[in-house]
This record gives sequence, structure tokens and C-alpha cells, in this order.
Amino acid sequence: MTLADVAIGGTAIVVGVDAPRPLALRLMELGLVAGTHVLVRRRAPLGDPLELELRGYSLSIRRDEARRIAVRA
Amino acid sequence: MSRHADPVVARETIALFAGNPNAGKTTLFNLLTGARAKVGNYPGITVDKRSAKLALGDGRTVTAIDLPGTYSLTARSKEELVAVEAILAEGVHTPSCLIIVLDATTLSRGLYFGTQLLAAGVPAVVALTMMDEAKRAGINVDTDALSKALGVPVVPLVATRGEGREQLIAAISAATQSTEPPSELTPTLSDDLAKRIETVEEALVAGKLGSRDDTAAQRRLRVRALWAILSIGDDELTDIPDSLRTAVLKAREQDAPSTTVDAQLVAARYALVDRILGECLTTETGSNKNTPPKPRLASRIDDVLVHPLWGLLAFALVMFVVFQALFAWSAPMVELVESGFTWLQGLIKDVLPAGPFTDLVVDGAIGGAGAVVVFVPQIAILFIFITILEDSGYLARVAFVIDRVMAKVGLNGKAFVPMLSGFACAIPAVMATRTIESRRDRLLTMLVVPLSSCSARLPVYALMTAVVFDPQDKIGFFATGAVALFAMYVLSVVAAMTAAFVLGRTVLKGPRPTLVLELPPYRVPRALSVAQATYQRVKRFVIDAGSVILALSVVLWVLLHYPKDEAAEARFDAQREEIKAAAPEEGVSEEDAEKARTEALAAIDEEAAGVSLRHSAAGRMGHFIEPAIAPLGFDWKIGVGLVGAFAAREVFVATLGLVYDIDKADDDANAPRLQDKLRDAKHPNGERVFTPLSGVALMVFFLLSAQCMSTLAVVRRESGSWKWAGIMFGYMTTLAYVATLLVYQVGRALHLGVG
Repeated sequence: MTLADVAIGGTAIVVGVDAPRPLALRLMELGLVAGTHVLVRRRAPLGDPLELELRGYSLSIRRDEARRIAVRA
Repeated sequence: MSRHADPVVARETIALFAGNPNAGKTTLFNLLTGARAKVGNYPGITVDKRSAKLALGDGRTVTAIDLPGTYSLTARSKEELVAVEAILAEGVHTPSCLIIVLDATTLSRGLYFGTQLLAAGVPAVVALTMMDEAKRAGINVDTDALSKALGVPVVPLVATRGEGREQLIAAISAATQSTEPPSELTPTLSDDLAKRIETVEEALVAGKLGSRDDTAAQRRLRVRALWAILSIGDDELTDIPDSLRTAVLKAREQDAPSTTVDAQLVAARYALVDRILGECLTTETGSNKNTPPKPRLASRIDDVLVHPLWGLLAFALVMFVVFQALFAWSAPMVELVESGFTWLQGLIKDVLPAGPFTDLVVDGAIGGAGAVVVFVPQIAILFIFITILEDSGYLARVAFVIDRVMAKVGLNGKAFVPMLSGFACAIPAVMATRTIESRRDRLLTMLVVPLSSCSARLPVYALMTAVVFDPQDKIGFFATGAVALFAMYVLSVVAAMTAAFVLGRTVLKGPRPTLVLELPPYRVPRALSVAQATYQRVKRFVIDAGSVILALSVVLWVLLHYPKDEAAEARFDAQREEIKAAAPEEGVSEEDAEKARTEALAAIDEEAAGVSLRHSAAGRMGHFIEPAIAPLGFDWKIGVGLVGAFAAREVFVATLGLVYDIDKADDDANAPRLQDKLRDAKHPNGERVFTPLSGVALMVFFLLSAQCMSTLAVVRRESGSWKWAGIMFGYMTTLAYVATLLVYQVGRALHLGVG
């Protein structure tokens, strides 16, 4: 399951990021490391990108990026 | 860089402010140093370098430097490398103290960077900001426990109210006098990982990029090795030795596609951070690790501001206000600047003796300075808005809301505000691209912004539609001229989007652009920071871009006025003398005679100006480029206008006026005369020069071409090289030529609008 599959308002726990290197590193350094709880807060009015909440702050990434983040419930 | 301080130069005491974006770093910097920050650029790159003297209260002052906000020490470009180099600097630039600014509401992300910084071994102080917000969010930070865990003083602050200022200064004072480096907080690494880091350290030592001379050097070496492993590869850095590159790639190599070295390093550090937070952080949700907090205030505001309906309405409203301010509210100020310079020119003309030198000073130099200052109102207005939007947190929401649209052409949401601003003026719009972090995205936005149909194109559109379209002509309900005008704006958007799409796959080819954007909490913007940001942008524009614009203005003025036609000058002078000497006719009062004389002299001046322009280098250029522009439907007279319009598009109308011997072409009362002349203008073969088709062709040319040296000067400044200004000029000119050619030739073939 990936972060893109999590329903709006749902939470999940990060398992790992599988993306090209600069993107993967950026996401991990922003706190999306294994074990981190993430809330999928909302979609932008036009459907993309997503707003996530993790580690006390809000982060926006596109669905394409969210698909690269493996999560568990 | 020298590893030893020059004994003659007294070493400056440097205190570095480092932290995440939105952590309140700049507010804190202002709070400590007052509003006297000097702002420059780091050598060779366009990253703001803010520095100021900080009085420590014990008689000593230190140089405080505000490093660019960043999330980690990972640095793949020269811009990002600034922080790494400042922290690891040796010799005279060695920092005496690090002020690590941490936002109490996002401690874990802040500490990821914070612990990286502490590893460098520079005496440090943690400034814990946003304590009031943390309290409201139910986050409790035990500062003593945090201080103990980190081994450095932790000072809680509410920077917006000035709370904690004295304690922080005292802590900085103590830190700058200490020689004891903070204890090393080492993440737990596997033996395998430790060995990999060691191989990179060895490569650094071999390449003389570090040493193991003492413990301090050893610590810097370790930090540099970690930076190298995380940053090298996929980078834009040009001066990395090949030996280091090879060592890093080797250190990251893995036999099995298990967890990457990157992932292990980041995870190890976050494990360290979470362990530290376990000792000092409690939240109302009962957990201190990773649990998403209860919906925050920002989130509740966003329920409205990024709501599918209300959010889009709010967005449209905000953008409308920004655009209105740039377009309409700036107008009186622009007029004031223009009339001020006209007054100054008149004044100096009266004081200095008439002659070419005075003309150069008045029309070339002062006119050129006017061309710089005239942009100041729009730059100031745009930056007041952008700083308010950015500091309040809404700018990130703008990007969030509109990203989907921008993504289609390979841009991200942050490009929207610059592109919209471009419809008023490209100069502030290009400067506004600074809010985009990724260099590639920023350059791409910068290159397409000038395709937004700016307000300087309007006079040309207005003149052309008035000349070539009958006001009675209608397409459906709408006047044909209005439809043509509207089409220009549609074409502008289409051209900018297409250009972004194409340039992003050619000259600015890069990995598929992504959006990784923090949505910061909403905060009330501070008047001081708005004023500072605006003042600095204006100052930078006037000094840096201004000097280029001024120089080009003078060159262009010379082209438009020299060489002189001596014979014609002499003839006009003789005519002037004749008029002055002529006796008044019978029965005409002295007053009327004087008036007639003045009018006759003015007519001669205008005619002389026209002759002079046709004889000038620019006039000859008009003839010279005629074969190239004839296929576009333009004759040499339009060519002269195009040469003049390179300085600024709005000059076109006035230049045409000169070529066609019209006095005061931009004066409304006389404008119809220029229009009449243009309507009657014929090619040598008897065809009219200005047909609906050639008029539209000219509008298309003006829309798409890069006729604005101020924009080129600003692009050079903001991109750091003439290369990108050159690419912009090249692609826009080509695009304009080809598009205009297509419009004109296809139109002719189909007999559209030729009558």
C-alpha cells in the first residue's frame, strides 16, 4: 500500500520511500522515515497535490510522489 | 582557502544563524541586531547574504550572519552549499558560535538539521522559537532536559514579543568565549555504514579537503564526509574532485537492493532525534513520538482557504487584488516618476548650454535613470504583497491550490505568482521567482515570465487596433479591435505555457519536476520584515539592474541621434534664424506674431528630429533590417521603431511618431494624427502598410519578442549570468519572428484582412 491509497482524513505509518535519489532523500530528510505516522489531511481544490501532516507540520506533495511512499495501516 | 589566520588581520568573531525555513530565524535575527542588516549576495551566486553587528552587552560586538533557511546539510548546488561552507569554514572565517534556531512546534524536523549542525563542533546555542504557539498546540518542551541532551544552552523565545532576547544574547556571549566544542551526538551506525563513511573521509584527506590534525579537524572531516555522501551524485556542483566523486559513489554502492545508504543515514539520525525528544517532549495526545497532533489552527483556517469552492474564490480574490495593485494602483506613482523626470530634464536643459553634451545628459543619462526609477513603484508594490503573502503563509497555499495547472507544463505552483505579476511588468515578476527554491524551476519560470503580456505592450496594441480596425466592425457582439486585444492575452498564456513545456524538455532538461512544499502555519506578517524585504529588492534593482539599463539607454540614445546630418542641420538652423528675424506682418499683434513664431519653430524642431532619426544609426538599421522584416509585413519605418523598442516597448509609439514626422505622438490630443498618417502609409508598390493583417502581425510580434533591456538586465542579475538572458532573448526573438511570419504569410495566402 502507498500513501496515495490512504483515504483523505486517514493515517498510516511509513514503511519506506522508493524514489529517484534526490526526491527520496528530500522526503526522508523532511521526516518521512520508517515508523513515522502520517495523516493525509486533504486534497488541493483541483484534486492534486495532497496535504500531509507529520511530525507536527504540514507538507504538500503530489499524488505521483505519494505513490512512491510505502505505508502500512 | 588558507588554513591559518592572517596574523595581521584581527579575526572577526562570527556568529551564524542557522535553521529550517519558517522557523522564525529572520525575525530572531532582526530582534537581536535591529533593522540594520547589510544585505548583499554571496560571491558569485544570488543568495541573499544578510549580516549585521550584534552587540553582546559586554562591550564586544560580533558579526552575525543569517544563513539561508534549509532543512538539512545536504547541498547539491552552489546556493545550497553556502550553509555547509560557512559552518565548516577555517581560518579567518571560522565561526565562533552557531545559533541554531528551532521551531518548538516542529522540533523533530528541526533537530534533524540541528544535530547535523552540532556535529561540526562549533560552540552553539539553541534558540527555541514559537514557544507560545507550541503551548497553544499542547506541546510541552522541557528546555532543561533538551539542553542536557544536546549539551548546549537552550533559550526559549517568543521572538515576536521579544521574550528571551537578553538570555539569548548572554548565551551567545558565553558561547563565543568558550573553547569547548559541544559534545558529539553520534547516531548509532552499523559497522558497515561507519566503514563507508571512513572511506569518504580518506578521500577527503587525500584531496586536501580535510584533515585529522586534531579533534576539531576530525569533527569537521566527519561532517564533510556525511555531506559528500548525501549530496554528491545528481548534483550541480562543478568543483568536486573526481577522486571524491568516485569515492562517494563507491561508498554508496550496494550488493543487494536493500535499504539505501541514504535511507540508513537519515533513519539513524531521526532515531537519535526521536530518542532525544523522548526525554524532553510531551504533547497532549500523550505520545511524544510521531503522532500527528490534533488539527492545528492552520488546518482549520485551511478548511476555508483551500476549500474546493471557498478556497478557489479566496484565491481568485487575492490574485485579483495583487494584479489590480500592480496594474492600476501603481499608475499614479509611475506617472509621478515620469513627470518628475520630465521636469528635471526641462530644468537641466534650461541651465546647461544647448548642445550635444546637454542632449546626452538630459535625454541619454537622465532619461535612462528615469527608465530605471519608473519600475520602482511596481517592484515595491509587488514585494509588499509577496512578502505579506509569504510571511503570512498564504503564498505556500497559492502554490498548493494552483500546482495542478502548472504541473501540466512542467512548472510547479510557485511559478504562478511571478507569471501573473508578469502581466503588469516582467521586472518585478522575474525578481519574484526568488520564492522558487529549485534552480531549474526558477530559471524556467524566469524564461517564460516575459511572455506574459505586460502593460508596456498596451500602448502598441491600442495604437494598432485604432489604426487598422474600424470601430464599427464587429465580431458577434464585440468590436473587432477588442477581440484582437483579447486574443493577444489568450495567445500570451498559450505561448508562456508552451514555452515552459518546450524549454523544460530542451535547454532546461531535468528530472521530472516534483512538488515538496511545506505549508507553514499562518502567522501575522511583521511590518519591519515587509519593509526590509521591499526596500532590499528595490535597492538591489536600482543598483545592479539599474547600471546596465542606464548604460544601454545612453548607447541607444546615441544610436537614435548619431551620426548627424550636418547639411540638414545647417538648413534647419538657417530656417530657424529666418523665422526669428522675420518682421511681423502688418496688422498682426506682437503677441500673435510671437505665438506664430513659436509654433513655426516647434514645427521645424519636429521635422528636424524626424530627419535626424532617419539619418541616425538606428534609422539606418531600420533600412538594414528591412529585407528581414519585409516578410512580416513591416517596412523600414517600423524597423526603426523596432530598434527603438528594444530599449522598452512603449518607446515604439513615440519613435513611429518621429519617423512619421508627428509632433508629440504620445499626446492624446494629437494622437489621431499619427493614426491617420499610419492609415495612409503606403509601400512603394502602393499597398497600404497598415492593414488589419499587418496590424495584427505587429501586435503578435510585440507580444512575443524580448523587447525590453530592463528585463534582460534583471534576468542576467537574477540568473547570475548573461547566458540565460541570451537564451531568453534568442528564443523569444525567434518565436516572435516565426509566429509573425506565419500569421502574415498565411493571412496573405488566405486573403485575410489585407484590404
